[in-house]
Amino acid sequence: MKYLVLIVTALLFVTTAMAGTIKVTNNSSNPDVHKLWKERIIPMFEKENPGIKVKMTIYDHEAYKTAIRNFLQAEPPDVVNWFSGNRMKFFVEQGLFEDVSDVWNKHDLHAKLSSARSTVTLDGKQWGVPTTYYQWGFYYRKDIFAKYGLGEPRSMGDLMHISETLKKNGITPFTIGTKYLWTAAGWFDFLNLRVNGYDFHMALMDGNISYEDKRLDKVFDIWGDLARKGYYIKNHASYSWQEGQAPMINGDAAMYLMGNFVVPDLVKAGLDGKIGYFQFPVIDGSVRTYEDAPTDSMHIPSRAKNKTDAKKFLAFFARADIQGIIAEAAGMLPANNQSPTPTDEFLKIGFKVLSEAAGLAQFYDRDTTPEMAKEGMKGFQEFMVFPDREKQIRKRIEKVRKRIFKK
Amino acid sequence: MQANYWDRNQLKFAPVFFLAPAMLFFAVYVLHPIFSSLWISFFEWDGVGEMIWVGIGNYVEMWDDDRVHTAILNNLLWLVFFLLAPPLSLALALFLNQDLSEIKYAKSLFFFPFVISPVVVGLIFSWFYNPKYGLLDSFLELFGLQPLALLSDENLANFGIIAAAMWPQIAYCLILYLAGLAALNKEIIESARIDGASGWAMFWNIILPQLRPATFIAVVVSVLGALRSFDLVAIMTQGGPWGSTTVLAYEMVEQAIFNYRMGYGAALATILFLILDIYIAWFLIRVWLNEKGRL
Repeated sequence: MKYLVLIVTALLFVTTAMAGTIKVTNNSSNPDVHKLWKERIIPMFEKENPGIKVKMTIYDHEAYKTAIRNFLQAEPPDVVNWFSGNRMKFFVEQGLFEDVSDVWNKHDLHAKLSSARSTVTLDGKQWGVPTTYYQWGFYYRKDIFAKYGLGEPRSMGDLMHISETLKKNGITPFTIGTKYLWTAAGWFDFLNLRVNGYDFHMALMDGNISYEDKRLDKVFDIWGDLARKGYYIKNHASYSWQEGQAPMINGDAAMYLMGNFVVPDLVKAGLDGKIGYFQFPVIDGSVRTYEDAPTDSMHIPSRAKNKTDAKKFLAFFARADIQGIIAEAAGMLPANNQSPTPTDEFLKIGFKVLSEAAGLAQFYDRDTTPEMAKEGMKGFQEFMVFPDREKQIRKRIEKVRKRIFKK
Repeated sequence: MQANYWDRNQLKFAPVFFLAPAMLFFAVYVLHPIFSSLWISFFEWDGVGEMIWVGIGNYVEMWDDDRVHTAILNNLLWLVFFLLAPPLSLALALFLNQDLSEIKYAKSLFFFPFVISPVVVGLIFSWFYNPKYGLLDSFLELFGLQPLALLSDENLANFGIIAAAMWPQIAYCLILYLAGLAALNKEIIESARIDGASGWAMFWNIILPQLRPATFIAVVVSVLGALRSFDLVAIMTQGGPWGSTTVLAYEMVEQAIFNYRMGYGAALATILFLILDIYIAWFLIRVWLNEKGRL
């Protein structure tokens, strides 16, 4: 009997101790963000919520993508970082993420996070809190454009004209590094969004449209034309996206279709003041402008031990001031529309572009299933080198789509 | 005096107890994974959710999967080149096996690639092959040749990776041969010399037969190295460009880990295991016959 009492008190003690601790993950590849969490964000939260201790685990960005699948099932932390959209859907469907609609209702997040709300909504419920997002578009060398009297393009025709002029003067229009595949998907996303619009693009991502569909012909025609004319740097399949920056820094290439996270690198390489940004130009005037804007988010695993405190942490991260601080450090935009407007030049343009967009896609490898994305992107990489293989490539991608979506 | 049960059977039980820990670990860490991956290969499973029985569906799909065909052909290519490693390293070993005190510095240089991690080898070669800043490119430029994008050319990338893999592999076989050469029986060589053997005849009839154990191991590690090649592919090309350098082991990881297809990955692992099995069986039979011959 004495032992039993001891064990019971011991257990009670353990559970009460746990009630005051939450484990959170951090998968940012930016060390400044880790420092910010440790030194500012977490102390702030602990001060506002006395009795709750936050334990942060830092993960390598790439390794995290595979690790999360194991720990969500085995012994999950209380709050995890992840990507909204299809990548989130995968875990929601497995029952591994917690429904957090109550957090949304309680803190009036539907209005504050309205723009990114759809990316974490499934079956009418919210499964996480979007934190930051960023724009994609062309980053270009202003000095090179000025040298040849070129302005920012408004249409695909303008872009072709710019490319022709640059090419004539020995400058490759576009730099890219497709070794890790996803950079090529950026081109596909934008071309398809500009040619066929959002609904078609999303139906394709959901596996409802064939990759051999006639409506995609124009996308591959334009893309293939750019490749055949030698508008992309040579041997781009040898380079990572970081190595792809080199030709632009050297002035051998003038434009880079990329996410806003490329800016700090270019600035550090001495291009401060020489870089500009423009939106992917219009191809078909009757199609509204849609953009890629990958959103990062935070979720509570359904097997988390301390959901009560985890929800407090989630609500804290949905707040305008907190999102503002984090976005600034990461070079991204806060999802909360009441956060202070960014002061950085590129974030300002990005904010404008994204708020004026008719709709936001996440990105090819976040909008479709992981396997479809992998096989699709391999095809895109090959297409950019051998545009004449279009038929075989599309056939191969289509075969994979049929198997995955069984449609 | 009546001996108790333990005393009577001690000799019978002792080996069992001595073997038990090893057997237990072998069962848990080798046998169990083999059978469970065989089991998983009959399912469609994303590694998280529900497992759906598909019977031999994964194997049927493999039959018709271009990526798997490429992987098998590439594995064969690896095998052909890796089998060149033992003769090449034997030639090097004969050259390095000289009675010069300075030669040990040269030897250590040849050992070097075997000592460094394959990840580092992969990185060094990736930089070496870089078409813009790589050493290979600068070298080609000296001769007025165009830069060669070795790792992003679907026809050349395989050779680029295999060349990188051969570097440590030759060093490995070299170590085996140098050890073999150090253990040669001097008396046999002496008597052969007295009988007038020299040059090629000496090497072929006297030296090489004595190096048989070294050759055997060198061939074994080269074949296994070629079939389970993974690290360099993962580091240098990720199977690219567009899947043209994939090998079975890499395809397995890509399907299971990146594409969330545990079942298909397990099926690939099973096939790879069966291919290796043929070879391992041959190896075991050889070892067994060899030991029986000695008895």
